[in-house]
Amino acid sequence: MAGACFLVAVIGAAVLAPLVAPADPLKQNLSDALAAPSERHPLGTDDLGRDVLTRLLYGARLSLGAACLAVAIAALSGVPVGLMAGYAGGALDDLLMRLVDAVQAFPALVLAMAIAAALGPGLVNVMVAVGIVYIPRFARLVRGQTLALREELFVEGAHAVGASHGRILVRHILPNLTAPIIVQVSVSIAFALLAETSLSFLGIGIKPPTPSWGADVGRGYRFMRLAPWLVFMPGLAILLTTLAFNFLGDGLRDALDPKHTRRETAT
Amino acid sequence: MAAFLRRRLLAVIPLVLLTTSLVFSLILLLPGDPAVALVGLENVTEERLATVRERMGLNRPLYVQYGLWLARAAHGDLGTSLRTGQPVTEALRDRLPVTLGLAVAATAFGLIVGFPLAVIAASKRGGFTGSCASGIAAFGVAVPNFWLGSMLVLALALHLRWLPATGYASWFDSPWDAIRHAILPTLTLGASAVAEITRQLRSALQDTLTTDYVRTARAKGIGERGVIWKHALRNALIPMITVSGLTISRLVGATVVVESIFALPGLGRLNLEAVLTRDFPMLQGAVLVMVLIVIAVNFLSDVIYGWVDPRIRLS
Repeated sequence: MAGACFLVAVIGAAVLAPLVAPADPLKQNLSDALAAPSERHPLGTDDLGRDVLTRLLYGARLSLGAACLAVAIAALSGVPVGLMAGYAGGALDDLLMRLVDAVQAFPALVLAMAIAAALGPGLVNVMVAVGIVYIPRFARLVRGQTLALREELFVEGAHAVGASHGRILVRHILPNLTAPIIVQVSVSIAFALLAETSLSFLGIGIKPPTPSWGADVGRGYRFMRLAPWLVFMPGLAILLTTLAFNFLGDGLRDALDPKHTRRETAT
Repeated sequence: MAAFLRRRLLAVIPLVLLTTSLVFSLILLLPGDPAVALVGLENVTEERLATVRERMGLNRPLYVQYGLWLARAAHGDLGTSLRTGQPVTEALRDRLPVTLGLAVAATAFGLIVGFPLAVIAASKRGGFTGSCASGIAAFGVAVPNFWLGSMLVLALALHLRWLPATGYASWFDSPWDAIRHAILPTLTLGASAVAEITRQLRSALQDTLTTDYVRTARAKGIGERGVIWKHALRNALIPMITVSGLTISRLVGATVVVESIFALPGLGRLNLEAVLTRDFPMLQGAVLVMVLIVIAVNFLSDVIYGWVDPRIRLS
């Protein structure tokens, strides 16, 4: 609940950034460079005199949006792969899962960087790369659930009345996977946010002067001794948001998976 | 055991072929002529392009190109760096010990700290100490390692001046310097290892504590400490072999950020430099080595797991 409330606040602030932000995120004021937090600039300013709070609010839009884009790509690709593998079984299942194993063998950040390097710079390319990295999570989850569901009586009944395989997958099996997919989406957004901010910190993701949490930490690192708030504030925002998504995922899992709750209360 | 080893090896071979083909196919994502990417924009001449096309078989079917590339890689020829002119294999060989050392140190740190945290979180579940232990694990999962590293540098290196902020010292040159330079990177990388190991071991312990034999032990009057340390922990530790292997594998990838912050001359930083300078032969080589490390570590942990738990190798 706390995670959900915090996320509502963060998303609300991101959406309403043009209305609530005290300044223009790109407006420079060199006479105010590296100013400490004050009444005029609650979270201080950066090396170009830009307001840190404003950049945090605008950065939330891009960072969260990028993470959601990556997870959308992962889910829209991984769910069909998992469905086909789990439902068809046999050689198709083996082939798809071997491909998934191969992608999972790559360290996530390394694969994202390599794909981003090949596709070229740009936020969308980077998030496509991150999305590809997370496809195996969705594919494995959905495959496992589908393997169990295809043996259920309601699926057998659908076969018996002549439903096509596609209809069975979309109308009968997929709706039963909504809960675990929602939980996985919540947890994956947290990891995608960490991946995007890491890539931006390294100079591969969102490029300056566009405000982004990771890129702002990367830029602020150079001035850390003089202005530690440049690193502390955006990093804290990333930490709290990631924690909130993780708590939300845990809460959703408890609420939507009765077996998980039963096991927890049994101890 | 021999049959189990054979089965695992047979499963690894197609995985190696698939992952190496994915590494090879990265070049297909490049816009334009792959030969230009391999030669570098500054060095483009028709003669060089023709040589590269001939050598890499770029005019031949894809499977032939892959075969040629794999054959060269198997002989240690991964091309030459576009940026430095150094053979890729040489650069990788120089950097590999730094990355492996960091990943192993971080995993060891994760085990040393994560083990007691997991026991506390599982045994004191619902209580204050149990919640604190679980909270530390949650923090470790959520904290961005570039931020944690920055905060550690700010506090321990710049402010208190206890440790150096950046740099690397070889163990063979000065063990004491090597340790001092390794502490901050190990803490930074190890935080996520602590979190992962705590969560997995806590979960395994909680599962074990619900089993019949633990219930029997409690019914016989054995205290909770004895139940955990003498009965539950032994079985809960077995999955930790796999978790440790997966943790090392994950940390190898995470070294990219940590090596950048602390200016360590490892594979991760080499990878990043290759990406930023579009040094494609170096990038392919670095990615290939990292993937092979992950596969090797996972294979090793599977074998050890099978050796420790006979139910696995006989299944």
